[in-house]
Amino acid sequence: MHNAKAVGLGILIFLLLGTFPFWWGWLQESSSEPPEIALPEGGTKCVESREYMRALHMDLLNDWRDTVVRKGERVYVSSSGERFRMSITGTCLECHKSNDEFCNRCHTYVGVSTTCFDCHVETFVPPGKDDRTLVVQETEGTTKGSEGLRPVEVQRSR
Amino acid sequence: MNRSKRSFLKIAGCSVVGGLGLAWNSPLVQLEGTSTEKLPTALRAKTWGMVIDLKRCREKKGCTACIEACHKAHNVPSINNPEEEVKWVWKESYEHAFPTQAHGKQSRSLLEHPVLVLCNHCENPPCVRVCPTQATFKRESDGIVMMDQHRCIGCRYCIVACPYGARSFNWQDPREFLAGDINPSFPTRTKGVVEKCNFCAERLAEGKMPACVEACEGEGGALVFGDLEDPDSRVSRILEERYSIQRKPALGTDPRIYYVV
Repeated sequence: MHNAKAVGLGILIFLLLGTFPFWWGWLQESSSEPPEIALPEGGTKCVESREYMRALHMDLLNDWRDTVVRKGERVYVSSSGERFRMSITGTCLECHKSNDEFCNRCHTYVGVSTTCFDCHVETFVPPGKDDRTLVVQETEGTTKGSEGLRPVEVQRSR
Repeated sequence: MNRSKRSFLKIAGCSVVGGLGLAWNSPLVQLEGTSTEKLPTALRAKTWGMVIDLKRCREKKGCTACIEACHKAHNVPSINNPEEEVKWVWKESYEHAFPTQAHGKQSRSLLEHPVLVLCNHCENPPCVRVCPTQATFKRESDGIVMMDQHRCIGCRYCIVACPYGARSFNWQDPREFLAGDINPSFPTRTKGVVEKCNFCAERLAEGKMPACVEACEGEGGALVFGDLEDPDSRVSRILEERYSIQRKPALGTDPRIYYVV
């Protein structure tokens, strides 16, 4: 073989570069174990199925965002017919208590950065919450169209 | 491997149909039967508008109840530097608020008392026309000129376009100026976006009147809010009975804030 030394060195360099992700990760002591996220507390089920939420929660949240801000509608009727307030802070965080321990653990793991809580306040209280008449109307379903609306007021245990 | 064109096409066709069928049944492709609606308690109108009774406002000299209520409700930071301040509702001198109407021989009570000003929620909003991302838009359902902070890229064209100075830019992180006094019922903004009065769209959606109007009720009721298209609403009746003016009407923006002087 011509230039056996140079070719051998080239192959060695190629192997070193090619296996970079493996030995770099090993040196960094990083792990491929999925992150442990804080399990939801309080509620028994999410607004949609677990499979849907795992894969497409971002689409749902984007739809909620546009509907609330641009159409002024705040109630989501899920595929199972239940009604929820479209609010990342008022509904999602009601069960998934912590942005840091739920959202961010996964997002950091997959290298996604979100900016939701740069503006949204984690201790969100919907504007109607201190208004007793509104709460009564919603929970008793006395107003037309409110049947089945599950207001966050009912479940709040804080 | 020797496969005829015919058998290849058969297999390919079956694969496409099968794949589509699987995808169609997947919960990840479609959610059936979902919809959205307003809260049952939401206040509705064809065109929201406001009448500001300056005479009643003058009687409560120095009152800032509406400004405080608004800025508290919407986490508007108080920044003392006039070049970087953020404001949704504020006071302006009469000749600045109504430059084409003011003249030197006007009654002193008019000239000496500041005028309450806010976003006019124009019928023809110039800010909406210039926004490159449609972050600011006029809601067709009720005429409110809204900001979608998620889309704002901070270009500030809208600030240049607005003839009323109703818009503020966040030159700094507003949370630093709210210092633990954040109202948990409303999001803050972030550095680099434009903000302005939203006619309390979030309160109307819940069935409440705007914060400034509510605060003013106990202070003389100078602010009246309602549906301009409904002839029986209080705003319509006041506009029918009293002489009212708009800010800079010659510009053709057709403000939805009316002043009774």
